[in-house]
Amino acid sequence: MVQYANAGLDASFAALSDATRRGVLEQLGRAEASITDLAEKFNMTLTGMKKHVGVLERAGLVSTEKVGRVRTCKIGPRRLEEEMAWLERYRQLWDARFDELDKVVEELKRKEQVDGRKKRE
Amino acid sequence: MKNRTTVERKSEREIVVTRTFNAPARIVFEAWTKPELFKKWWVPKSMGMTLVSCEMDVRTGGKYRLVFGQGMAFFGSYTEVTPHSRLVWTNEEGGDNGSVTTVTFEEKGGKTLLVLSELYPSKEALDAAGTGAQDALVETFQQLDELLVTLGASAGQA
Repeated sequence: MVQYANAGLDASFAALSDATRRGVLEQLGRAEASITDLAEKFNMTLTGMKKHVGVLERAGLVSTEKVGRVRTCKIGPRRLEEEMAWLERYRQLWDARFDELDKVVEELKRKEQVDGRKKRE
Repeated sequence: MKNRTTVERKSEREIVVTRTFNAPARIVFEAWTKPELFKKWWVPKSMGMTLVSCEMDVRTGGKYRLVFGQGMAFFGSYTEVTPHSRLVWTNEEGGDNGSVTTVTFEEKGGKTLLVLSELYPSKEALDAAGTGAQDALVETFQQLDELLVTLGASAGQA
């Protein structure tokens, strides 16, 4: 069995459990930004944003670099492949279940229509 | 067009699945609460497992028990049952490590948005849920996905 549960995975799921941090990742997916930019966009203090970026950085989801007086943030170095694989397997189970559920639901709908027609007749 | 199943890991301990069904909430709820309907879809054919029995006493405080041909049993109780809108049940075969599942049904314009959340007592328990039983199923599900794509493609041509 492939072991997906490891320290890296834990850190990134913990990092991703916060809406602001997910927003920051989305933002950085579009373009690099400084912590000041991010703090403004997310309407929070510089200190607050520094904390969030710190969590993302420790999880390997964001890397930062000091250029002159400004610290820029960008996506990486870790990709989200393991997380994606974990979620994808979970999704496949539910997707397969729900495809079967669709069939049951369609059948119930058809029955209701037939019953409705019988009542009217 | 197939409705998309989305999965989001909300926290270390919680995972949330959403899907829209093309039917009113009362119909979708019926499929979740009548054992003879529930057992038609809960174990997809591709899982290669058979459900020998499915007992469900769907009311607050009622119990459920699913028994598989391989001798495995899943059981627990319903802690909340609100017709057509909300179901909450516990999973007890793993002792204290069981999850709590909450399913909500929200009807909009004749369709139903279904949100299922599984809350585990610990991060480890959720990680195990994602890496355990599903491992064996990946290949079969991929085959099913391929089959569905093929079916979708041929339906499109017709």
